[in-house]
Amino acid sequence: MSPRRTETGGRIDRLRTIRFTFDGAPYTGHAGDTLASALLANGVTLFGRSFKYHRPRGLLAAGVEEPNALVTVLRGEVREPNIAATMVEIYDGLVAVSQNRTPSLAWDIGALNQLGGKILSAGFYYKTFMGPVVGPLKGTRFWMFCEHFIRRAAGLGKAGTAHDPARYERMNAFCDVLVVGSGPAGLMAAKAAADQGARVILADLEANFGGSANWSGETIDGMHAADWAQRAVGQLEGNDNVRLLPRTTVWGYYDGNTLAALERVTDHKEVAAKGEPRQRYWAIRAGTVVLATGSFERPLVFPGNDRPGVMLAHAAERYAVEYGVLPGQRIALFTNNDSAYRSAVALKKAGAAVVAIIDVRADVSNEMRRLASDAEAELLAGHAVVATEGGKALTGLKVQRFDATGGALSGDERSIHADSLLMSGGWSPTIHLASQVGAKAEWDPARQAFLPPKPTQRRPNQQWIGAGAFTGSFSTAEAIAEGRAAGLQAAGGAASSAPLPVVEAAPGDPDPAPVFEIKAKGKSFVDFQHDVTAEDVRLAHREGFVSVEHLKRYTTLGMATDQGKNSNVPGLAIMAEALGKPIPEVGTTRFRPPYTAVSIGSLAAERFGDLKPERLTPMHDWHLANGARMYSAGLWYRPMIYGLAGETVEQTYVREARATRDSAGIVDVSTLGKIAVQGPDAAEFLDRVYTNMFSTLAVGKARYGLMLREDGLAFDDGTTWRLGEQDFLMTTTTANAGKVMQHLEYFLDVIWPELKVTVTSVTDEWAGAAIGGPNARAILASCVTGTAVDNAILPFMGIVHGRIAGVPVMICRLSFSGEMAFEVYSGAGYGTRVWEALIEAGKPFGLVTYGLEALGTMRIEKGHVTGAEIDGRTTARDLHLDWMLSKKKPFIGSAMMDREGLIGSDRLELVGVIALDNRALNGGGHIVEELDEANPHDSLGHITACCYSPALGKYIALALVEGGKARHGTRAFVSDPLRNRFGPVEIVSNHFFDPDGSRMHG
Amino acid sequence: MLITCPYCGPRDVIEFTYQGDGNRERPQPASQNLDAWNAYVYDRLNPAGDHNEIWQHSGGCRAHLRVVRNTVTHEILSTAFARGGHKTEGRS
Repeated sequence: MSPRRTETGGRIDRLRTIRFTFDGAPYTGHAGDTLASALLANGVTLFGRSFKYHRPRGLLAAGVEEPNALVTVLRGEVREPNIAATMVEIYDGLVAVSQNRTPSLAWDIGALNQLGGKILSAGFYYKTFMGPVVGPLKGTRFWMFCEHFIRRAAGLGKAGTAHDPARYERMNAFCDVLVVGSGPAGLMAAKAAADQGARVILADLEANFGGSANWSGETIDGMHAADWAQRAVGQLEGNDNVRLLPRTTVWGYYDGNTLAALERVTDHKEVAAKGEPRQRYWAIRAGTVVLATGSFERPLVFPGNDRPGVMLAHAAERYAVEYGVLPGQRIALFTNNDSAYRSAVALKKAGAAVVAIIDVRADVSNEMRRLASDAEAELLAGHAVVATEGGKALTGLKVQRFDATGGALSGDERSIHADSLLMSGGWSPTIHLASQVGAKAEWDPARQAFLPPKPTQRRPNQQWIGAGAFTGSFSTAEAIAEGRAAGLQAAGGAASSAPLPVVEAAPGDPDPAPVFEIKAKGKSFVDFQHDVTAEDVRLAHREGFVSVEHLKRYTTLGMATDQGKNSNVPGLAIMAEALGKPIPEVGTTRFRPPYTAVSIGSLAAERFGDLKPERLTPMHDWHLANGARMYSAGLWYRPMIYGLAGETVEQTYVREARATRDSAGIVDVSTLGKIAVQGPDAAEFLDRVYTNMFSTLAVGKARYGLMLREDGLAFDDGTTWRLGEQDFLMTTTTANAGKVMQHLEYFLDVIWPELKVTVTSVTDEWAGAAIGGPNARAILASCVTGTAVDNAILPFMGIVHGRIAGVPVMICRLSFSGEMAFEVYSGAGYGTRVWEALIEAGKPFGLVTYGLEALGTMRIEKGHVTGAEIDGRTTARDLHLDWMLSKKKPFIGSAMMDREGLIGSDRLELVGVIALDNRALNGGGHIVEELDEANPHDSLGHITACCYSPALGKYIALALVEGGKARHGTRAFVSDPLRNRFGPVEIVSNHFFDPDGSRMHG
Repeated sequence: MLITCPYCGPRDVIEFTYQGDGNRERPQPASQNLDAWNAYVYDRLNPAGDHNEIWQHSGGCRAHLRVVRNTVTHEILSTAFARGGHKTEGRS
C-alpha cells in the first residue's frame, strides 16, 4: 500500500485492485477510485501542463470543476481529450495520457514560455497578430503563417480522427419533479416528492449519490452522513415512481422546463454489457425542477497558487475521507473562512500532520481556535501566504502578516515547510442552470457570493425551486430542511412540520472575509486552465476593458473547458477593485449551456450517417437492374443516364436524346409533385393561385400554369389537369413539391378560409412515365386498351383513361421534350408493370430509356425553364412567360409584379447561348462583352444550364443576360476563370429547336 | 417550447413551422394600393413581448395556428386555429 493511502475509510474497495496506465507507466488503484485519487495515492503530483506557460500543474479540485488535471482517455484508436482526471473512474486496462507537453510531462520544452511571460500577457493574440513586414509576408499574413506554430504551443488535448465505434442513445423522459444534485438537500427533496406520489428523477453527475455527505464526516440521525445518504438512496431505489440517474450531468436548462442531461453509461467499465450505449442523452421534461446543485469552493489568488501541491481545502478532505488518500504528509491551510478548519481536523484524523492554518482574518472565533488545536495546527491569524516553493511539487511556502481590511502585508516573511497547501477562498453556489434560464444572480455581501434571486422561480416556462448550498445555505441542517420543503412544494404537497433528521456538524460561520487576492510579487493565477493571472485582469482594465463581457473575451478568463467554475468570482472581485466599484456593479456573465463538455456523439445519438430519408420511385429497382446511374435530386433518386459499356456521360445522353428525337424515348417522371385540388371552389382557388386561368379549362384537359410569390417573383410551374368539375390534379416541379403544398395550405387555411377546397399531396400515389418522340403515339396505340390515342380523341393537352397491361392508366398528351409526348400515370404499385409494358411495346420502334441528362438536354434545346431559371430572383417577364399573366383577374403576386425594379430594361432575361469555339460551356459561367480574358469585367449575366445539343450539333446553354431579346444575334464571350474557360459565344433565342412546336403538335 | 395544437394537444416545437407575423393584413386581391401590399409583404412587427404569430403544425395535422407567444420568455399565451374557432387560452 502506498504511503499516501490511509489504512481505512472511504468508499474504495481495498480488496479489489485495478490496473491502469498513465503516460505509459503502469499503476494500480482500487475499485471506487477516480484516476485522480488513484494517481494521488501513487504519489503522482504532476498531472498536466498549463495552457500558455506550460507550468507544471497538479490537482486543484476533486470534482467536476478541476481545471488542471485534464487527460486524454484512449480506447483503442479512439481518443477523448480534455477529461478531468477527477471524473474518470478507473477500470482495468484504462489508458490515460497527459496533455500539452513535449516530449513528456516532466520535461516539457514549452515551459520555456514562462520566460516570455511578459509577452504572453492578456490580449496576446489581439496585440500580436497584426504587425511587421517580414520578407515577402506583409503584416497580418506573417502572423497567419506563425499562427499554426503558436496555436500548437498553446492548447489542450488533441482531438482524434479515428472513427468512434461507440453507440450513443437518446431518451425522452417526463417527470413531475426533477432533482438535480443528490447531496443531503437533493436526497431529501427526492424523498419528499416521491412520498407524495410524484414521478421523480434524481440525477447526479458523480458515480455515487450523496454529495457532501460522502466526505463531510458529519453525523445525520446518529449515523455517518455517508451511511445516511446510502440509506436514503436505498429507500428511493425501490419506488416505481423514482428514476435514479447517477453519472448523469444535467447540462442544459431550456424553455418549457426542458432539460438536457448526459448519462455516462459505460465510460467507467472495461467492457460495456450487451446493449449498453456508451453515453445516453436525456431530454427531460419536468413539471418542477429542484436545483440542489451545491456550491464550489473558491481558490485564493496569491503568488505561486498554481504549484502542484496547492489544492482546494474541501478537495483534500474529499480525497482523504472519500478515497482514503492524503494529498500530503505535512499540510498547511490558507483560508479566509471557517470551513477550512473542518478540513484541517478531517485531515488530521486521516493521519496527516497539519502544520499550520494561515487565516487572513485577525479575529478568529474561539470555536475555530478549538478546531485548530484539535488538528494540532499552529494558527497564524492575520497572516497570508505570499509565495510557494518547489518545482514540480510543493516543498514549502512563505507567509507574512496581513491586514484583511486594507490588504497590506507587513513584517518579515516566514518560511513554512509543507508538501501540501490547502486553500479556501469561500464558496460560490452552483447557479449555472438557474442562470441558463435567465435567473439573475444577486451579490450577497455577507456570503461574498452570487446567490440565485430567490430560492424559487415560477415563470410559465421555468419552474424551479432551489435547496441547500445552491441558495447559499451552506450547512447540512439547512440543506436538509430546504430540501424537504422544496420536494414537498414541487410535488404539490403541504409543508410538513414533522421532525427533520438531526445533524451533528462542526460549527462554523458561513460568511468569509472579503479577501480574494494577496498582492505580492509573482504570478497569481485567477483562471488556472487558461493561465490568466490577476495582473492580466488589471492589464485588461488599464487597456480600457471595463465591461465584464469584454474582460472575459480579452483575457479569456472563464473561457476554458471548466468555463470559469473556479475563476469567475475571484476574477470579478479583482476587476471590481481595479474599477473601484463594488462587485454587484461590475456584474456577472450569464452562464450558457452546456454546464460541462458534451460529446457530439451523444447529441447525434442514432442520427448519424446519411440522415436524409431516401425517396425512391416505383420503378427504382428496374432502373438499377437496367444499368441506370442514379442521381440524387433533393430526397429523390432519379436515373441520370442509362450508360452502355465504354460510353462517357456525354456520349450517353447525346445518344438517348438523339434516339428520342429520331424515334421515341421514355423517362420516369414519378418524382413530380402531385397535389389533388378538390372541392366546389377548386377552380376559383386555382385562378387565384396561378397567373393564368383555370376556371375556363374543360374537363379532360390540362393546362400549363405559372405561380408567383406574394412579392411578384416567379415561384413554380407545372401542368394542372382537370379530371372533373371539382377535381384537379396539380403537378409541381420535383424540388418545389413541399413548398407549393405549404403555400396552398397557407392560403386556404389563413387567407381564404371561406373557399371550399381541400388539397392533398398525392405525389406518392402515382407512378408517371413520359414517353415522347415521333413514334411515341404508335407505341402507345399498340399497348393501350379502352381508348384511342389519335389526334381527335387525344389532342394536345388532352387527357384520356384506358388500360395498359390490364392496369388502369391516365394519359395526358403534354410535352417537356418538345416531341409528340404523353405522360402515362398509373397507381404507384403498378408503376413497374406499366413501365415494362411500354418498354416491351416500344421494342419494335427502338424506344430508349433516358435519364435526367437527356431530359435536361431536350428541355434546353426547347428553352423550357426549371428551378435553375426560376431561382427566386426572376420574374415571369424575365423568363418570357408574360403571356401567362392574366389581365382578367387578380392572382397571387399580381399587384407586386409590376413594381419598379421588376420591370426595368436592365433586368436579366432568359436567352440562349451557343459556343462559337465548339467547346463545352459551364453553369455559372459569366457572359461578358469585351475580349479581355485576363481581366474579365462587367458581367452581363450568367449561364444557368448547358449541354451538348445533338439536334443542333453544338454546345449550347440557357443564360440570364441583361438586355435579353435585344441581344439576340449578337456576339459576346463566356468567362469562367475558375475553370479556365473563356471563349466567344452567340446570344440567341432560348427556343433553339423547333420554335413553332410543330413536332409536339404533330 | 410546447405549442398546444387544438387538434393534437401539447406538442414539441420541432413539429411546427413558423409561418410569419400574424398581424399582417393582406389587401383585397384586386387592390392596387402598393403601399398596403408593401406593408403586407415586407413589414414585420418585432416586439419584445407578446406577439401574434402563425404556425403550421407541419409535422402533425398541418393546421395553421394563430399563436400568441411572448418573444422574451417564449411563453405561449394562447393558440387557436388560424381559420377561427377552438381557441385554447392558458399558459403552456
